[in-house]
Amino acid sequence: MTLTSKTLVEIQNMAFSRGERVIYEDVSLSIPQGKVTAIMGPSGIGKTTLLKLIGGQLTPDSGTVLFDGIDVHKCGRSELFALRKRMSMLFQSGALFTDMNVFDNVAFALREHSGLPEEIIRKIVLMKLEAVGLRGAAQLMPTELSGGMQRRAALARAIALEPEMILYDEPFAGQDPISMGVLVKLIRELSDALNLTSVVVSHDVAEVLGIADYVYVLADKRIIAHGTPEELRLAANPQLKQFIGGEPDGPVPFHYPAQDYKKELLSELD
Amino acid sequence: MSLIDAVARLGRSAIDLVVGLGKAGLMLWGAIAHRPRLRKGTPLLIKQLYVIGVQSMVIIIVSGLFIGMVLALQGYNILVGFGTEESLGPMVALSLLRELGPVVTALLFAGRAGSALTAELGLMKSTEQLSSLEMMAIDPLRQIVAPRFWAGVISLPLLALMFTAVGIYGGHLVGVEWKGIDSGSFWSILQASVEWRQDIVNCMIKSLLFAIVVTWIALYRGYHVTPNPEGISRATTQTVVQSSLAVLALDFLLTAMMFGQ
Repeated sequence: MTLTSKTLVEIQNMAFSRGERVIYEDVSLSIPQGKVTAIMGPSGIGKTTLLKLIGGQLTPDSGTVLFDGIDVHKCGRSELFALRKRMSMLFQSGALFTDMNVFDNVAFALREHSGLPEEIIRKIVLMKLEAVGLRGAAQLMPTELSGGMQRRAALARAIALEPEMILYDEPFAGQDPISMGVLVKLIRELSDALNLTSVVVSHDVAEVLGIADYVYVLADKRIIAHGTPEELRLAANPQLKQFIGGEPDGPVPFHYPAQDYKKELLSELD
Repeated sequence: MSLIDAVARLGRSAIDLVVGLGKAGLMLWGAIAHRPRLRKGTPLLIKQLYVIGVQSMVIIIVSGLFIGMVLALQGYNILVGFGTEESLGPMVALSLLRELGPVVTALLFAGRAGSALTAELGLMKSTEQLSSLEMMAIDPLRQIVAPRFWAGVISLPLLALMFTAVGIYGGHLVGVEWKGIDSGSFWSILQASVEWRQDIVNCMIKSLLFAIVVTWIALYRGYHVTPNPEGISRATTQTVVQSSLAVLALDFLLTAMMFGQ
């Protein structure tokens, strides 16, 4: 990460819990503008929650989330909506509107917010669909698309309003190698061509290390490591090594906590 | 279980009830308390009127016909014993206008449209469509909930009128065409005994209130669903059970107020 790049999102000492369960204790991170920042961590660690906190859909218990210097959680509703027009989110399920075809899905936000005439909207939509390779699928319904195509259509919708930042929620989960390759290429190209700030939340180590400029690793309710992909590959932290190497046993144990094995086997039924 | 546990459970469910009512109130307030957007809102409303209203017409009309026919047949058998079968017209019409029209329509509506609304919203929530609207800076309450609410409120009273009209026609079929009551006296006694204010306006008031309750419960259950398949199926069941019970209880209250004296 170059020091000259401006920080777009700054999270400071954020804590968040759902009911009794603590998700984050003290998380601070900064997301530089125009770069691909990845947030990795095991399943169930609350990575999607982090994106929702950045997008203002959830409110932290303490700490702040600044987007371009503005505290996301101190905004009124209209200010928050103004901020959200500058960011976009690619949901894990794609979240395409099931009652509209692909074209209308991509055109939806433009029709709502841009005030452009339909003729120009049509051109913009076709350009966005061309960028993800789905111009030919414009008239199909979301249910007629494969999982990978749905995610690409959702990506076209996410870039329709030309946001400054895209939040990717597990973009590679459940994709076959070809769609995975397509998505990796698209995320990298969009980021470079449009100078987009990308935040990729994922646990697909190889893909993420391949495209990210900077990586944060979440575990145990906090950030356990951060750095460029090269730095992380060389890191000595055993927990990090286990995660990146995909080793079945280590600091994160293979066995769910249980009483002594031998004792349980030899014990009698009550 | 100790007594204190029972009291604690009672208290918890009371708190849950109040919290639920508050959430439902906030949802409805957020959906309808704003300036109407004619240009964007009208197409959304028309689409929902079609889905919620027009697509419920078949079940409403067929049920209305059969209920009117059954009512006339049973009524005829009793009335003929007293030689008053000429009063079949008002008997059918008043039963339908005052009670069966609004109530049965609301119950059928809860089963047909209410459960569909809950399932649709639940699916939208679990596939993150509602979240994605929010992230697009579009309020899902205004975009999704409001048109469905208004469509329900407009559709149900109209459906209740249709149900009643078809029911009276069913009564005519059985009474006049089959059992041979004089058509002139069927219609003239019916006309003389149905009052505009007492019967027809009250029918509309009832079904309007039922419409608000049923649609509100259906939307609330869908909007606050636990976003997984099990949650959706539970929410759909809850919609039908709760809105049916609410309709029946509310009907007693309204009937007591309208016809109690």
